[in-house]
Amino acid sequence: MDTKEYIDSGILELYVYGLLDDNENIEVNNMAKSNSEINDEILSIEKSIVNLSTSFSPFLSSENFAKIREKLEIKHGVVQMQTRTYYPMYIGWAAAVLFLLAIGYQYTQLDASRKQVAAAEIEKTKVQEALVTAEIKNKQTEDALAIVRDKNSAVVNLGGQAVSPESFAKVYYNKATQVVYVDAKGLPEPPEGKVYQVWALKLNPLTPTSIGLLENFTADNQRIFAVDKAAGAEGFGITLEPAGGSASPTMAQLYTLGKV
Amino acid sequence: MTQEELLPLILTKDNRAFGHVYDMYSKSLFAVITNLVKDREEAEDVLQEVFVKIWKNVDSYNESKGRFYTWILNIARNTAIDKLRSKGYNNSKKNLSSDNFVHLLDDSNKLTHKIDTIGIREFVNKLKPKCIQIIDLLFFKGYTQQEASDELEIPLGTVKTQNRNCINDLRKFLQV
Repeated sequence: MDTKEYIDSGILELYVYGLLDDNENIEVNNMAKSNSEINDEILSIEKSIVNLSTSFSPFLSSENFAKIREKLEIKHGVVQMQTRTYYPMYIGWAAAVLFLLAIGYQYTQLDASRKQVAAAEIEKTKVQEALVTAEIKNKQTEDALAIVRDKNSAVVNLGGQAVSPESFAKVYYNKATQVVYVDAKGLPEPPEGKVYQVWALKLNPLTPTSIGLLENFTADNQRIFAVDKAAGAEGFGITLEPAGGSASPTMAQLYTLGKV
Repeated sequence: MTQEELLPLILTKDNRAFGHVYDMYSKSLFAVITNLVKDREEAEDVLQEVFVKIWKNVDSYNESKGRFYTWILNIARNTAIDKLRSKGYNNSKKNLSSDNFVHLLDDSNKLTHKIDTIGIREFVNKLKPKCIQIIDLLFFKGYTQQEASDELEIPLGTVKTQNRNCINDLRKFLQV
């Protein structure tokens, strides 16, 4: 049988299909080895039938490949398939890692920004508080100045008395409105549980009338206090009294005294 | 890559070889398997089983047994037929569905074909119906010549040559 006849018999197709018995297989193998024409024919038949069947393959998800690899790695430890052949997978992992790092970095950046914003907020609040404090102080100073400058105000200097010769105070007394302000800058801070009490005095006979307590003594740095109105006062005195004040002045604790 | 280049890698179980084998032959085998098993999910299971078998048994393959492709084609067909039997189909090949491989292009698979199905359709239209049947039985379903002769009611002596003529038509179309 010559080569052409052999090829035309159709045995090579069945060889590729896997339909020959062992003896026929061996025969074709030997023919292919010794005859390149036959070998080429086998390759072409195989190529055509692989192409044909491949074209008819339904869509094959890549999951299948992943599952096969999984099965082989688990049941067949010798198969090391994580090699550079699968570099797209490594690229995937690397991309995932980079992505996570980037997210982490973004997160820390975001966190830092948030902290900066929070710090700025705190700073802003502090500045606002300082501003408010300054405004209050300014208002207090302005109020004090207004009192001092008021042309109707009579200034009554109260001199230090036996118990505290160094002490002094001033009373701004508006005779028209009878409004009384006390400048207590020259008085020491009262001890705990004690409070200064301001008295309007009539001299004949000496009659003290309480016109108020200098409570929260340290609250106003200017130490200027508004007390009750005093009608027809001829003098003012300040005594140190137990907290809450007294009905009548404790003369032993008379700090300052002065006549209008 | 051809089988000739691939074989040395396969036989040393070179790490790259498995990926190449899968790339080159998975679709071809999947078509064969799906043509037998029909059910998509089952066909995927069978395909996975086939490739696991191929790689576990690759040591038992040698060139004296025939083409590497032929070896894995037999594994694919046998595994698919085992699957059918396990589901209660009886032994006879005649009980395989009468659908031939051309049906793989139909219906649910239509949208999932990425390959030039129009070209293939054109070819299928040109191909003699007898050729579709004979290729379906011999190649896709692994019928013996005798079984194909019985099924197609053609003389046993002409099965081989009729198939040869059909493959020649195919090769002209594919230019291989």
